[in-house]
Amino acid sequence: MIRSTLFVSVAAAAVAGIATPRQLEAQSVTAVSWGGSYGRAVHMGVNLPFTQETDVRVIVEDYNGGLAQIRAQVEAGNIQWDVVDLEIADMARGCDEGLLEPVDISKLPPGPDGVPAVDDFVADAHAECGVGQLFWSTVYAYNTQTLESDEQPATMADFFDLERFPGRRGMRRVPQVNLEFALIADGVPTDEVYATLGTPEGLDRAFAKLSSIKDQVVWWEAGAQPPQMLADGEVVMSTAYNGRIFNAQVLEGQPFKIVWDGQMLDIGVLGIVAGTPRLDEALRYLAFATTAESQARIGNRISYSPARRSGTAMIGRHVLTGLEMAPHMPATPENTKNSLRFDWRWWADHQDELNERFSAWLAR
Amino acid sequence: MSHQSRERRRAVGLALPLLLFIVVTFVAPLAAMLVRSIHDPAVVDALPETISALEGWDGQGLPPEEAFAAMARELVDARADRSLGKVASALNRVQGGLRSVVSRSARSLEGVSEGPWREAMAGVHEAWSDPTTWHAVLAAGQRFTLRHYLGALDMRRLPDGSLARQPEDRRIYLPLLWRTLAVSASIAVICLVLGYPLAHLIAISPPGRANLLLALVLVPFWTSLLVRTTAWIVLLQRQGVVNDLLAAIGLVGEDGRLALIYNMTGTVVAMTHVLLPFMVLPLYSVMHGIPPQYMRAASSLGARPAQAFARVYWPLTLPGVGAGTLLVFILAIGYYITPALVGGSSGQLISNMVAYHMQTSLNWGLAAALGGIMLAGVLALYVLYDRLVGVERLGLG
Repeated sequence: MIRSTLFVSVAAAAVAGIATPRQLEAQSVTAVSWGGSYGRAVHMGVNLPFTQETDVRVIVEDYNGGLAQIRAQVEAGNIQWDVVDLEIADMARGCDEGLLEPVDISKLPPGPDGVPAVDDFVADAHAECGVGQLFWSTVYAYNTQTLESDEQPATMADFFDLERFPGRRGMRRVPQVNLEFALIADGVPTDEVYATLGTPEGLDRAFAKLSSIKDQVVWWEAGAQPPQMLADGEVVMSTAYNGRIFNAQVLEGQPFKIVWDGQMLDIGVLGIVAGTPRLDEALRYLAFATTAESQARIGNRISYSPARRSGTAMIGRHVLTGLEMAPHMPATPENTKNSLRFDWRWWADHQDELNERFSAWLAR
Repeated sequence: MSHQSRERRRAVGLALPLLLFIVVTFVAPLAAMLVRSIHDPAVVDALPETISALEGWDGQGLPPEEAFAAMARELVDARADRSLGKVASALNRVQGGLRSVVSRSARSLEGVSEGPWREAMAGVHEAWSDPTTWHAVLAAGQRFTLRHYLGALDMRRLPDGSLARQPEDRRIYLPLLWRTLAVSASIAVICLVLGYPLAHLIAISPPGRANLLLALVLVPFWTSLLVRTTAWIVLLQRQGVVNDLLAAIGLVGEDGRLALIYNMTGTVVAMTHVLLPFMVLPLYSVMHGIPPQYMRAASSLGARPAQAFARVYWPLTLPGVGAGTLLVFILAIGYYITPALVGGSSGQLISNMVAYHMQTSLNWGLAAALGGIMLAGVLALYVLYDRLVGVERLGLG
């Protein structure tokens, strides 16, 4: 695979070398993001203003997460991607494996109020090889029209309560987040979830809770699926990324409701692929994209919270509909009363064995 | 030089670019990938002295002081040249939890400059006082290793060197392998049952209608795989066309709508549809070449229709049956997009695990071992087919 990539890329580079003058090539940066409505928000909120300000062209590519492509590019010595929107767990791993460039946070611009970047970012929002961009959240949402119950679900426990709220559930087909949700629903306080999961009994408890709804679960893989399954009536409730549900609510008028109780906050970070020949442009892009203004421009298009404190103050109304954004933001205080921050360090240690156990559990 | 051999040389010469293309884009990557399944140098390259110190260890109790010293030094070095992540990943796969032990220890040991190392490392993390940690390091430190193949067969090597099965809640690959073989075989049989009459119908139709029927087979064949799979989602989901129809005519109640997708049923239905042309085309090409006089001769000699079919027609179509079945079966074994989209949790096949280890867990060694096992299985089937039917009778049309 690597050799074939190499072969193709040598050929492509030869063609590109003939086709475009060098100066033009240097004036572009390839930014890789998640596509969909989020990708559009990034394009409008960051890429276009960046090109306007710096004259550097932004080439947009979409991907589905993971480090496989970055690793293939770095190992083949043929870097196509420059800046990548990463999950923080992948960023940490890519950093350890030498796939990402170290980024010096103190070189980033201060907040508009003059607070240095180091203090402007919320805690644990940057690391050696990545800078926090936005908080997103895994929540569960339900379709108010297909739910056959007089009550409204309000807690994580309700998601697992098939008696009061009968109907199928959608969940992502990975152990991450689901095990945490199961423990929260089983009565474990959010600040003890990872300590409980770390014990064999706690792990069994989480799997037992998941088993109690297993035959009602429809598993999804891509973030676009939950809103679709809710709209089709395939499920009555589903875990989902909050921005996707927001879009379905606001732009498509779907009768969905988000339950913020027990939500899992996670942060998306920007990293630079190690060895990119366009390091200067990549650094400029990263600095621009993580300013409070850029983060707020995205946050006013899709409900993901800025990782800079100063960015939160700039969140106002939705660009297209004029809707007040704050109530829809995952990091808004009303929504984080009973919430959990995804512990990627814990998962880095346990994902290999838990993925196997989860797959075996699924197949049973 | 004779005229014939010159002709042959010219033919080979013309095929050379293709040969080269296949070697570069197919054979070489395949070989490189298979090598990964037994060759895993990440740990031994980063910790060479530790591994050689551990090789002198009798395996009882804790390893000698020199192993501790070498490990402490090499961990810090690995962190400096950023190869630590690969070491941590490899160790974590042998024993869960070692990733953070390694990265935390490497960070803490940076400031420590002298021994005794056994105490120093125990102070950094208690895992270093546990012999199983060192067994894991030694296991991951083998440059040539069978552990990916063991993992792919749900086995592991115990510290004393003996083999054992994985604990029951972690056995996944063997059951999945059997499931994949069973599903692929059923799909091949279903395709044969559905495709045989159709191929026969096309073969005996007048040319105009035969062309139309062939086009009906080929149009879906030319349509994107994703489009066809998504179409099945629209048809089969709970609020989909099929269930709506069943509910409308009262065959199922609103609550009793059938689960036709996101399970094994969905996988089998969608894959049968996708693979059917691979059965019909070889069958048709063989049936097309069977003169209708043969069947007429059989009945004029007194054979009943069933007899004529069993003794004359069926044996003549066997090359097509063999080719179609083998083709569908082999393609089904490697399928992964369709089961990923419509398989839910119970309709996943072994190739989905390969994709997972390639793309998400980055455990390319294990992915390669799983692929190697499938490759060996398919080759074994091919040899078996050759013994039973003969490859030269394969009628690929």
